[in-house]
Amino acid sequence: MKYLDEFRDPDLAKRLFDEIHAITARHWALMEVCGGQTHSIIRNGIDKLLPDKIELIHGPGCPVCVTPLEVIDKALAIAAHPNVIFCSFGDMLRVPGSGQDLFSIKSQGGDVRIVYSPLDAVKLARENPSKEVVFFGIGFETTAPANAMAVFQAKQQGLMNFSMLVSHVLVPPAIEAIMASPTNRVQAFLAAGHVCSVMGYWEYEPIAERYHVPIVVTGFEPLDVLEGIRRTVMQLEAGRAEVENAYPRAVQRQGNIPAQTILKQVFEVGERKWRGIGNIPNSGWHLRGEFRQFDAAAKFAVEDIQTQESPLCHSGEVLQGLIKPNQCPAFGKECTPRKPLGATMVSNEGACAAYYQYGRFVSLESITS
Amino acid sequence: MTVGVDFSEWVCPLPLRDYPNVIMGHGGGGKLSAELIEHLFMPAFQNNLLETLGDSTIVTVPQQRLALSTDSFVVHPLFFPGGCIGDLAVYGTVNDLAMSGARPLYLTAGFILEEGLSLSALGSVVERMGAAAQAAGVQIVTGDTKVVEKGHGDGLYINTSGLGVIPDGVHIAPQNAQAGDVVIVSGTIGDHGMAIMSVREGLEFDTVIRSDTAPLNHLVAAMLAASNDIHVLRDPTRGGVASSLNEIARSSRKGILIDERKLPVNPAVASACEVLGMDPIYVANEGKLLAIVARQNAEAVLEAMRQHPLGQQAAIIGEVVEQHPGLLVARTGIGGTRIVDMQIGEQLPRIC
Amino acid sequence: MCLGVPGKVLETYKLHETLMGKVDFGGIIKEVCLAYVPDIQVGEYTIIHVGFAITRLDEQSAQETLALFRETGLLEEELLAADDHAAASETQPS
Repeated sequence: MKYLDEFRDPDLAKRLFDEIHAITARHWALMEVCGGQTHSIIRNGIDKLLPDKIELIHGPGCPVCVTPLEVIDKALAIAAHPNVIFCSFGDMLRVPGSGQDLFSIKSQGGDVRIVYSPLDAVKLARENPSKEVVFFGIGFETTAPANAMAVFQAKQQGLMNFSMLVSHVLVPPAIEAIMASPTNRVQAFLAAGHVCSVMGYWEYEPIAERYHVPIVVTGFEPLDVLEGIRRTVMQLEAGRAEVENAYPRAVQRQGNIPAQTILKQVFEVGERKWRGIGNIPNSGWHLRGEFRQFDAAAKFAVEDIQTQESPLCHSGEVLQGLIKPNQCPAFGKECTPRKPLGATMVSNEGACAAYYQYGRFVSLESITS
Repeated sequence: MTVGVDFSEWVCPLPLRDYPNVIMGHGGGGKLSAELIEHLFMPAFQNNLLETLGDSTIVTVPQQRLALSTDSFVVHPLFFPGGCIGDLAVYGTVNDLAMSGARPLYLTAGFILEEGLSLSALGSVVERMGAAAQAAGVQIVTGDTKVVEKGHGDGLYINTSGLGVIPDGVHIAPQNAQAGDVVIVSGTIGDHGMAIMSVREGLEFDTVIRSDTAPLNHLVAAMLAASNDIHVLRDPTRGGVASSLNEIARSSRKGILIDERKLPVNPAVASACEVLGMDPIYVANEGKLLAIVARQNAEAVLEAMRQHPLGQQAAIIGEVVEQHPGLLVARTGIGGTRIVDMQIGEQLPRIC
Repeated sequence: MCLGVPGKVLETYKLHETLMGKVDFGGIIKEVCLAYVPDIQVGEYTIIHVGFAITRLDEQSAQETLALFRETGLLEEELLAADDHAAASETQPS
């Protein structure tokens, strides 16, 4: 595929690896914010080819991992409703709530459907006027414009049987929360490329300055990830702390203005709880007043949800990069991909699931020799 | 998707009573059932053994080891680009037999029909089964039909069981993989799964990706003619190449190392996987096989495969190793490595 | 959060008053929403996430980035090659 294959070229990857090896003198801890970047790193086997001195801490940029338990439980309750068609992206189907997941609700008779785009859910609402169609609106800033358009269209078309369970999270407050933590070890960030396509990267400039931390906007293909790492290490070795754009073909400093315009019309900033981390002020988007009728949380007053996070689960500490997954006492024992206790073990790019694949039996050194 | 039965093709004109859809009576064992058998199943499956219409059918087999297999087919939608549930029902069992090195001979066919299923859809499926049986060189010699109430069955479920014979000297089993063996795939991967994905609600593409459903027994016969030292055969259906190779690695307690760049993938399938965030290595196939062959025979087997219409894009994708027993490891496109684990459940499209 | 796939715009049109289009992803054609790239032209590339174009893909920038990658480490290679050459000519009998 054009503009994918070229950025997976093995010869160019080797050049970048060699360059990174050549310039890395000291130990550095980098956090890649986006789950998609984590996925690319694992999928392509990148981190084992980097110099040992570079430590990649997998960030909380996985909406699957950070959607609060209360919201998952609410989703499950709504999906179990007999008259509801509950639509979700595939990623959320296996995330455990306090007891179950969407798959088990489906097996109990709930009408749970996977959709590719939020507009597919709007279409379902149009075609099923006697049913309530609820869309699980999760994601970071990348997905918010799509979800906003769905609500916008529902209002335009007067689809009163459509609603959205909103759980949007924002990246810059999360980065600040990480940097402000007294136990933080992260020295630089690879910012999420597609989040920045939408929002631009001007928001990161005050953060880079306040905490003296390099922030490099990075893409997702292997060459993009390597270039982001290369530029980050160059900054660290030189003692610089700037915002740089290593993904210029898809990102501009001001971001996507038409998208931001709709976002401001549909959403307003508010508090948001991050699963495993806790409340981060001004880190979430909620539906504005004039769209409240499309807010599934309000529409389906769900009472008596007892949320119960497993006491054995340490995903919060993992998400913040404070412990490695294999330092969690439940790792590989009570908690495995087959029986996950927390979201970081469920998600494809959750740090715990990634570690489980790597470190379970062998070190990759023995494989690559 | 509506498929009409072309009645001009039918051996027997269709004097089924004027019921366009399946009703409970069709499973009752009375006149309606008899009509289904006489006017739908018999013309489609066309063989003397079936026409004896006994409670069981008597067959004779050569004095060799027998292979038995059974499979149930619940695919939705019933019709998809490249085939239908009927093709899968015949080829699925034929292929399972072929994966032991068996020559498939006879199939049974059990149908669970949902009340309300259109008879023309059923007729179309059954007609395809007849054609598939001919293509595979097997006979459907006995069957059964039941009807369940509307809302209790997804339209149509089919079970087929198969009987085949294994030639002397052929010993194929997943445990037989040895370190040093070569791993061969017979062609492009991911076609069937993405064909299904392409028509599922909400995941539609404008471009047609066709299922690769096909009978593999003739291909296997050609491979066995080239070498008697084929250690393992597996058709990577649900869970794709990744699941099959994981299973073989576990059964044989060996490691398997493949090179991702050697996996043949149709460009359209590759693109569809990119769009949905899926990995072709986990996507189902219905007309492909994996072969694990002693190294010295690999070229001969590969050549035999490439001569066959179903193996033209056959390729060596990796090898069996002593290291990391039970694990499938892949060399990635950029020269890294990754462990290719078993998926928990079905692979789903992702946005992350 | 971030699966964004590049595709080429084949046509654009309005549906329910929203700008939509057909995009070609390496042979797979899919309908997507182009409301957020209102100035996109047929033949241009865009990045699609959950059925929405989130940005135009700047092809010139892409080529420049690739050119930069091709030059990475080139200077060192040339220097190394020059060293090897110099070492070789020193060992030649004069």
